[in-house]
Amino acid sequence: MSSTQKSSWKNSPAVWPLAGLLLLVVINLIFSKNFFTISQLDGHYFGTPIDIFKDGSICLVLALGMTLVIATGGIDLSVGSVMAIVGAVAATMLQKGQSLPVVLLTSLGVGFLCGLINGLLVCWARIQPIVATLVLMVAGRGIAQVVSNGQQVQILDKHFVFLGNGFLAGLPFAPIFVTALYGVVWLWLRRSATGLFIEATGDNETASRFAGLATDRVRCLAYIASGLCAAVAGLLGASFISDADPLTAGQNMELDAIFAVVIGGTALSGGRFNLLGSYLGAILLQTLTITMYFVGVASAVAPVPKAVLIIVVCLMQSETTRRWLRGLWKKGAVA
Amino acid sequence: MPADETPPLLALRGIGKKFPGVIALAGVDFTVRAGEIHALLGENGAGKSTLIKVLTGVYSSDAGETRLAGKVIRPSSPREAENLGISTVYQEVNLIPTLSVAENIGLGRQPGKFGFLNWKAMRRHAREALARLEIDCDVDTELGSLPLAIQQMVAIARALDLQAKLLVLDEPTASLDEKEVAELFKLMRQLRATGMGIVFVTHFLDQVYEITDRITVLRNGELVGEFRTAELGRLQLVSKMLGREVKDEEGRTATPSNNQPVSNEAPLLEVKQLGRKGVLHPLDLTLRRGEVTGLAGLLGSGRTETARLLFGIDHADTGEIKVRGKSMKINSPRVAAGLGMAFCSEDRKVEGILPNLSVCENIIFALQAKRGMWRMVSRTEQEKLCTHYIQALRIKTSSPETPIKNLSGGNQQKVLLARWLATQPELIILDEPTRGIDIGAKAEIEQLIAKLRADGLAVLFISSEIEEVVRNSTRIAVLRERRKVAELTGAEIDLHRLLHEMAGLSKQP
Repeated sequence: MSSTQKSSWKNSPAVWPLAGLLLLVVINLIFSKNFFTISQLDGHYFGTPIDIFKDGSICLVLALGMTLVIATGGIDLSVGSVMAIVGAVAATMLQKGQSLPVVLLTSLGVGFLCGLINGLLVCWARIQPIVATLVLMVAGRGIAQVVSNGQQVQILDKHFVFLGNGFLAGLPFAPIFVTALYGVVWLWLRRSATGLFIEATGDNETASRFAGLATDRVRCLAYIASGLCAAVAGLLGASFISDADPLTAGQNMELDAIFAVVIGGTALSGGRFNLLGSYLGAILLQTLTITMYFVGVASAVAPVPKAVLIIVVCLMQSETTRRWLRGLWKKGAVA
Repeated sequence: MPADETPPLLALRGIGKKFPGVIALAGVDFTVRAGEIHALLGENGAGKSTLIKVLTGVYSSDAGETRLAGKVIRPSSPREAENLGISTVYQEVNLIPTLSVAENIGLGRQPGKFGFLNWKAMRRHAREALARLEIDCDVDTELGSLPLAIQQMVAIARALDLQAKLLVLDEPTASLDEKEVAELFKLMRQLRATGMGIVFVTHFLDQVYEITDRITVLRNGELVGEFRTAELGRLQLVSKMLGREVKDEEGRTATPSNNQPVSNEAPLLEVKQLGRKGVLHPLDLTLRRGEVTGLAGLLGSGRTETARLLFGIDHADTGEIKVRGKSMKINSPRVAAGLGMAFCSEDRKVEGILPNLSVCENIIFALQAKRGMWRMVSRTEQEKLCTHYIQALRIKTSSPETPIKNLSGGNQQKVLLARWLATQPELIILDEPTRGIDIGAKAEIEQLIAKLRADGLAVLFISSEIEEVVRNSTRIAVLRERRKVAELTGAEIDLHRLLHEMAGLSKQP
């Protein structure tokens, strides 16, 4: 933590997603006039920038948990399926007339349990994280279908729908909540030793264990955090559309979350993590998606520019590429 | 050395090999005759592995020539060496445990045409290869399900499958028990009788004397000499390996006097019959406050293994550990650290540093781990500890925030010492704290050990440099072949005596 405080902003891994974001903003400034128009209606603000944060809030919250897992050197593929399970659980319970607090607590409990299962598979059963979480990724959709009886479940509870669609001081509630969550988690990680423990575990698990750290517990904790974040994402997702679909809820979201984390400068090999980077990474992905709507790229083709952007940002983060580019730059200057 | 009429089976002459910053081999000669088992011996960094890799085509030498049966050869890959008749079996069985025995023997040279395998021929071939060595095992069994010794033999069978003239066995016995070693030796004798030359690398001196005909000793990349096993005494051999010619008048070196008052309190750590099958024979050890206990022994004698059992990294299957008189179960480093123990591993890179974290984070890490997640070492406390240790241990770093990977080996070592000292331990285990660091840093670490002892800590000191052990220890436990064979205290500590014990000559000092 101290190093990020003292080092210059240029060395922060968050610089590259920020640069990508600025690039997209410039592109939109040039090509689409209405991109930055914000209008007010009934005291609520509307506009593309606000949509970006609102629609991006699911990816944001998933990336939060994913950052911790990836920092320990693991990966969590199950988050999309956990979203589906949680959505199904919440919708079914609401339909049966359970009160909202009970529903929310149960949903978080389900997320906790899913994370715990992943953590136990990884730490005690010693299964490779990618395989361990693949189990729940595949099984999760089945569980969600069992919970919801194979049906889409409509949600009518007004308070629940507020989570995803409500406004706070004129702004959508979901992104405000998620941003606050980032703040709370950041405080937890940096004002306790948790952040250091996670980074140390990812940096050198053996050395951390030999220094007396219970690395299994740290890793387990990261998976639980990821499970809880997936539960929040699942609630938001179901609330957005007032509906829980066990088949499509959270589909492929694990990949977006991983992308956001990697773009944000947390290496897949684990170690140093950067919450701000993950935040910017998730926003960058969402901006890109919306930009392509505006520019008129067919949705079938949309993954291609997305892939290009991800590759560019990842390459820019690699010291090798930067050195190579600097070499080219100097050569150009001489010639 | 008698001059042979016919050219020897294998003759390496003047082999040199440089790596960036290191001379791994300098003008080494190595000769193996047909029908002999030849031990290649030396301590860490002597150049054994490099020599074997040059011989088997993994590395190419910078200087010198290799002759096989009189003809100059220059293998550029292990495959080429195999085709020339040089086969190698490595310490870790280099086969694929999930494939069958027959597949492993046939791998890479499968009989068959157009990319199709002739399974029948492959099995028959494997059966023949095993039968030649009188190994009884079903060729369809999955290799991984067999005992290690049989796997080792399958590896040898695979190596001999080609028309091998020379067999290189790189520490084949490291993970075998006594019965399995006997089996392997039977096989080696059998092969010797057929006129094959065998190069045998091992750390076990008993085995050298049991089976080899000649010994070549390397030290620091240089040839010390070639000897007939029957003519070279154990003590001489150990002296040659360590580079210490021991004469009778020499040996006694200044030893720190043990002037601590004898107290009645229970020793800090008392170990009874601590052992683990295949790793360490049960041993007793007592570590007291204000004492530096040295662990001496050759490579592979069980020094690090002892430390790992004490610190809960590996789990003992026999014995008892008493801490301050109370029986304790130490089953993880966390428990050990909680009891006031500290362990600086010999493998800094893998088991010590957190490479991308800062020097400061590395220093406070063990203390923070001990305190747990919520009781954070505060910023001011961190700064105080880091400044203190960076000054006290003279750690050279541009700033406390530099990632530790950017520091030199000696400074990394000091950071790791600081990490443990910050936890204010009562017992510190130092495994090779001076390995790979420059002389100045070595001297500083030795001073630190003396200071820790004076401060009343118990220190367990492990080093391959025997003079260092003699110089710094108030008590020395000698290990040989994973057994504690002696304990020397006070006036008993001298180089001569220690070498005798390490070589296994205690009956005739």
